[in-house]
This record gives sequence, structure tokens and C-alpha cells, in this order.
Amino acid sequence: MSDVQSKTQVERVRRRVARPWLSPINQRRWQNFKANRRGYWSLWIFLVLFVLSLFAEFIANDKPILASYKGEILVPVLVDYPEEMFGGFLAVTDYRDPFIQEEIKANGWMLWPPVRYSYRTVNSEIPEAAPAKPSWLYTEEVRCQRYDLGVDDPRCTIGNWNWLGTDDQARDVLARVIYGFRISVLFGLILTAASAVIGVSSGAMQGYFGGWIDLLFQRFIEIWSSIPVLYLILIIAAVLPPGFWILLGIMLLFSWVAFVGVVRAEFLRARNFEYVSAARALGVPNRTIMFRHLLPNAMVATLTFLPFILNGSITTLTSLDFLGFGLPPGSPSLGELLRQGQRNLDSPWLGITGFFSLSIMLSLLIFIGEAVRDAFDPRKTFK
Amino acid sequence: MSDPLLSIRDLSVAFAQGEEEMLAVDRVSFDIGRGETVALVGESGSGKSVTALSVLKLLPYPAASHPSGQILYGGRDLLAGDEAELRRVRGNEITMIFQEPMTSLNPLHTIEKQIGEILKLHRGMGDKQAAERTLELLHQVGIQEPEKRLDAFPHQLSGGQRQRVMIAMALANEPDLLIADEPTTALDVTVQAQILELLARLRRDNDMSMLFITHDLGIVRKVADRVCVMTGGKIVESGPTEEIFSNPQHAYTRHLLAAEPKGEPPQADLGAEKVIQGDGIKVWFPIKKGLLRRTVDYVKGVDGVDVTVRAGQTLGVVGESGSGKTTLGLALSRMIASDGEIRFSGARIDERSFRQMRPLRHKMQIVFQDPFGSLSPRMSVAEIIQEGLRIHERQLSAEERDRMVVEVLQEVGLDPTARFRYPHEFSGGQRQRIAIARAMVLRPSFVMLDEPTSALDMSVQAQVVDLLRDLQKRHGLAYLFISHDLKVVRALANEVIVMRAGKVVEAGTADQIFHAPKTDYTKALIAAAFEIAAVPGGVVSE
Repeated sequence: MSDVQSKTQVERVRRRVARPWLSPINQRRWQNFKANRRGYWSLWIFLVLFVLSLFAEFIANDKPILASYKGEILVPVLVDYPEEMFGGFLAVTDYRDPFIQEEIKANGWMLWPPVRYSYRTVNSEIPEAAPAKPSWLYTEEVRCQRYDLGVDDPRCTIGNWNWLGTDDQARDVLARVIYGFRISVLFGLILTAASAVIGVSSGAMQGYFGGWIDLLFQRFIEIWSSIPVLYLILIIAAVLPPGFWILLGIMLLFSWVAFVGVVRAEFLRARNFEYVSAARALGVPNRTIMFRHLLPNAMVATLTFLPFILNGSITTLTSLDFLGFGLPPGSPSLGELLRQGQRNLDSPWLGITGFFSLSIMLSLLIFIGEAVRDAFDPRKTFK
Repeated sequence: MSDPLLSIRDLSVAFAQGEEEMLAVDRVSFDIGRGETVALVGESGSGKSVTALSVLKLLPYPAASHPSGQILYGGRDLLAGDEAELRRVRGNEITMIFQEPMTSLNPLHTIEKQIGEILKLHRGMGDKQAAERTLELLHQVGIQEPEKRLDAFPHQLSGGQRQRVMIAMALANEPDLLIADEPTTALDVTVQAQILELLARLRRDNDMSMLFITHDLGIVRKVADRVCVMTGGKIVESGPTEEIFSNPQHAYTRHLLAAEPKGEPPQADLGAEKVIQGDGIKVWFPIKKGLLRRTVDYVKGVDGVDVTVRAGQTLGVVGESGSGKTTLGLALSRMIASDGEIRFSGARIDERSFRQMRPLRHKMQIVFQDPFGSLSPRMSVAEIIQEGLRIHERQLSAEERDRMVVEVLQEVGLDPTARFRYPHEFSGGQRQRIAIARAMVLRPSFVMLDEPTSALDMSVQAQVVDLLRDLQKRHGLAYLFISHDLKVVRALANEVIVMRAGKVVEAGTADQIFHAPKTDYTKALIAAAFEIAAVPGGVVSE
């Protein structure tokens, strides 16, 4: 009886204190972060833009999202259908072709994304020689003068506008910005995450074990970080075909170093804390001590650094693209857009678009980073 | 006392915490007369330091604010004064010495520069004048051979000397009021007695007033003319020292007076089973010099010490800081490398590697001094206590582990529902209980207690000592109790060894040591601890 009683008591004890999702210290940080309105809004704006750009194929594409042809529902955005289906001869259907469009219209319907261009779609119906101005700067007659039926052509719709004009290869700038934003942010995120993993573990090892490991690694890092990265990338780019992953790999070789200093310092400081000694006295193995007791301390410093490293990675990628040593030709990239702007000074929409998309993206990230840094500052009071 | 020097009226201090305001000091009033020493006594968190800091407006404004009150000094209200006026008063008419002599001095400046700076700033003295006055001050505060110390940096001085330098800085401008915020808490008992005597002498000679903040009633009785007892931000009782001590009115004062760890040492049973035994333990730290880092000499942290800790008994290790007490304890529990034979339950353990020691760890546990530092701030209490179980009792299910945590929390006198909370939500005494629970959950046979009560308030100390005694009785534990506080040691230890500079000065049963000490050093320690009496130089460190 008493056993049952004590059991129910334990049960009651357990139920009464459900563990909150965030520890109190993290709740405080989240409150602090929210208190910084600029950073908080920047986070939301950035998240919305980023999530939208992840679905770039559904926003700007030269294929319909959905189509119905002869009673069959097709998803051209995900599946490549051969043109034979619609009476053509290409291996992959060109849905922008007026013949195919009429064929599908006659036997069903198509649902286009809001922008009917992908980043590599060449608009062959621009009203004047590329680069063409944004469509809203032309009258309707001029805008549609290259279509077969002029203003009455079914393709003369708002979906075929070039909202931000075209570049010098007649590709839609808006589509390229959307895809370019995605590739920049993804590149930055992957690079930052990978450098954080390598940098944090290397810094942790050095800080925790100290002694010879620390000494040797520190000297190695000193030599390693004195290599001029940009030149090295230029040299390697001349040998290896540049691509997303190769660029990422090369830059990863150098960017992890940024984390080592702070993490090492945190580990050096914290390894003599009494609770670490206490864990050691309990017989906790080194690996567990590092993960459970020391890493959370070092994470504050790392998280503070993260947004700035992210920004740095994006800027480096952009500058490489600007110089022409970055992503392979034809890839959507903000650096390449800037280069076009520089080459076509008489087409200001190129330079202006490149400038604004890049500066807005970087500013948002910096604002977020600033708010994160303040949120993790234990002495900061928001009043 | 017709016209008080400093008069605090209805002072309140509030701190902003996010959206809420927390009242740290609640309408406190007291006066300090000319040439009088007033002590503010209370436990940590009672608001005594905050009260003192607000006299010079040294609180972190704007997070701190004063909802009410006046601080009248010479007819002026310091709270209403502007920054320029305060600067004239600070360091000139009212000065302050702090608890931590280690961090209150700038490590990059010499003693001469630090004291001279104040003289030049407030008095407009020239280099030569300032140097002369500095020398005079150092002499006054009892620094030996002050000429040689002028060029010393703070790290070259001992803790007591540093506190003397701090006092010299505070005295430089012949202040009317000296605020001393726990000036001796961080010092050894022997040094504490010397510093207190120095402060008393200087007050007499310079006709200063003193506001003395402390948690130690022994010190209050020694130095103060009047006492204000604070708790929860309020002064609950005030009056002349003798009156308060002989006839306390308020329940809290009585509680404080009753809280000192008391009791005669328990009898030693020399026949009990030996749990851990060390023979000729040596811990020498090499001093390396030159390009090839050759070892030229050693710092002898522990130099040939024999110890035996018996089941169900406590061995007290006492000595001043730097005497090697903690090093000895760490060597015995094999946390640091040492020479000499160590036997645990009869088996030799001194040759085992750190990894080989791991299976034995749950039998030998450590409780550290600082309950704020020894608990990981990012783990809940349950996680902290379970950590050892996860390693040594892998077969346990989560349910069983949880049950053991609940049991051990009850055993150390904490509410088991608190186990999902984080350490920062607990007071110092509760945290120390958690640290003890973490050690006890593994059912050890030997526990090393490294100054487990030093960071705690007096009344909490007694509770923790009672808890430790209780646990020892119930589980037959062997304690190695390291402390500089002889009062606590007397309450707990069966046997005592007195250490100095890595060597054992005196060893014996607690009875012998406390009632018939043989060496001068032990006698000096006991005098300093129980009577707060300074011993003429030479016997103890300065």
C-alpha cells in the first residue's frame, strides 16, 4: 500500500514539472533576441526570402507547374517529358515554344509560375537588342512587337514580362536574382556549417588537451592562414573545372581556421572549471566531458561568429564570380550579375539590381548576427 | 554623537530584471558618527554590499535605481549629486576597500604608480611628493621594507600584502569614512587577524569612521562599535555591539548568533578499517628554465606526507592557503600525479593510469569548494546527479536512475521536485547539497571534501556540516576534510593534520590538536581562528 502510495507520489512529482522546451537561459536569450526589433524582423524577412528561393522552380521557370494534356495531369516542373508527347521532336519539351503551347491549350490547360523564365532561359522575343530594359518601361505595343500576333498574341501576358529587364544574353534578371540568391545563401550555409564542424572540433581538441597538440596545431594554423586564399583559388580554378562543390571544398580548406581561436580559448578557460574537475572525478571520459560540459560554453562564441562568417563566405563567392573564377558559366550568380552591370554601364538596371540584392541580403544577415550577439551577451540589459 | 558624519535615510535600491523590478534594499536608515565603526552584518543576498555601494553610487546604473532615500554626507545628498561632485567625494573623502585583493589592483601597474595616481589626482601632488607620501603610507599599513616594494607588481605580493596596499590606497587622501566590503573574507585566518588589527589601529590614529560589511559575527564583535543586522534588504535590528551580542531582540539575529558550527570534536577510533592510506606522498612541480627547458628546481607542493583515512571517520587537513592541502587531497584521489604509495581498500592505486582509475571512481568522490562553479550551468539537477550513474551503473533504466535521484535528493534535504530545475535557481547552500548528492548517489566509501563550507554563509555552513555528519554516520563514510576554517574542522574531524609549505607540522587526534597544540604554528592558527588574535610576526605568513 505504502509502496503504491510512494509510486503515485513520484508520478505526481514527475508530472508537475514538465521540462520546458527551451532551458531558462535560452528563453532569456530568445526574449533578448526578440527585443531587438531590427534583428527580429530581419530574421523573418530573411527566412521568408530564403524559403521562397528554395522553391525557386515554382516561382520562376520556363516550364508550367501543372499541365493537363488529353485528360492526363502532367507535372512538367518535376518531370522532363519528351516533346514527342506533344508532337514535337526534342528530347526535352520547350514549353515556351508557341507550337507546343497551342497544342497543350487545345487539349487541356497549363498552370505557369508567376515568372515564365528560368535562370538560363533566353528570351528570344525581347523588343530591342540585349540587354533589354525592364518590361514596364515599354509600351504594350513595343513590348510585344516580336510576338507573331503582336499585342493580340496569347504570349503577350504579364507572365512573360522581364520585371528587372534582361542581361546581355537576353536572360531574365529577376529569375537569375532568385536563383542566385538561393545558390549564394546555400553556399554560405553549407560552407559555414562545415567550417564550424571542423573548426570547433579542432579548436576543442587543442584547448582541451593543450600541451604539444596545442603547440603544433597552433603553429600549423599560423602557417596555413598566411597563405593568400584568393590567389590560391585562382590557381586551383585554372587546374580544376570550377563548380559548386569544388569551390566549396577549396574555401573550406581555409575558412575553418576562423573558429579555432575562439573555441580553443573557451576550452582552455573552461577545462579548469570546477564542474569539469567534478566530472573528471566522477570518471566521465574525456569525449563526454568535451561534448556535454565544454562545448555548450564554446557554442556561444561560435554562434556569435557564425553570421559574420556566413556573410564572408557569400562575399567571397560573389567576388570570385565577379572576377570570373567562380561558378561555371551560365550559373545564376550575383557576382556575375555585378560583372554584367560593370560591363554594360548604359544598362543601369543590371548594376542596380545586383547591388540591391547583394546589399539587402548581407544587411539582413548582419542585422540578425548583431541581434544574436546581443542576445548571447549575459550583461546586456534591454531597457 | 550629535552630528553624524554620514546619514542614510530611507534608502531603497531596485534592480531591473527584464520587465520586472527587484527590490534589493528596502528603506534602510542608519547613521555613522565621527570616529565610529558601524558594521553591516547579513548573509549573502541581504543587500549589505548594495547598500554600501550606493553610498558612492557605484551600482550599475541605469539597471539599478533608487526609488526612495537620501544619503546625507556633510549636509549634501550624495544620491542627488552629479557625477563631478561624486568624483570629488569618491577616493577622497569616502574611500572603499573591496573583498578581492587579487582583482582590485591593476596587474599592469607597480604599487608606487597605483598609490601615487590617487595622490596626484586628488591632491595635485608632484612626482617627488607623491613618492614620499606613498612610502609613508606603505610604512603605515605595515609593509616591511616599503622602499623595496615600491616597484613591485601586484602578483609579486601575497594576498595579505595586497590588501595592505589596497588599504594604503584607501588611506592616501586621509578620508573621513572608509567603507570596507568584506575586506578579509578572501584571506587566511591568520592574515585576517593581522588586517583587522591594522584597520583598528589606523582608525584610531587617523580618527576615521568606518562602515564595515561582513557576514562574520566574530569579526563584528572584534571591530564594531555599532551593528546593523540586515536580512532580505531590511535592517531588522541595530544597536551597540555589546547589546546585540548579549541581548539579541530579533529572531534573525538570534538565528545568526546560534548558527556558528559548534561542538567538540568527535572521538577518534584508531582501530577502524583504513579506507585510504598514503605513504610519503610527494607532489613536486618542476621549474623549467632555459632554452632546453631543463628542470632546475621543484616547487614542493606536497613533500612526503603520510595520511590515513579510516572508515566512518574524518581526517581534517588544515593550514593556510598554499600549504598544499588541496594538492594532497587531489593526489590521494589520483586526480594529479604524485610519488609515494597510495592504498585504497588495501589495493595499491598509485600505479594505475587515469583510465584504469575509472572503475574505482564511484568509490571515491570529491566535493568542491565553490558550489557555483562545480555545477554545470547548462544541465538540470537531475542530469548533474545522474551523470555518474550513467557511467558506473550502466545497467540501470531511466526509471531506476530517476528513482535514485529522488532518493538522494531527499537524503540531502532537498525537494525532489526541484530536480528538473537548473543550478542557478538555487542558493549557495542548496547548490552545495546538490554537489553532495552527486557524490552520494554513487555510494562511495571515501569522499574528499575540499573546503565544502568556505563559500557558504555561516548559518548554512552549520547545516551542511550537520548533513555531512549525518551522512557519514548512516553510510560509514571516510572523509578527508580540507579546510582553513578551524571552527568547521573542530565540529567534524576525528583526526587532524596541520600542514605548512607541503609538510605536516603536527598530526594527531582532534582532541590533542585543539586542546594541547604542540607547535607555535598550530597555536597561532587556533588563536587566529577562535579569538581573531594576530600573532607577532615570524610564526605565520604575512
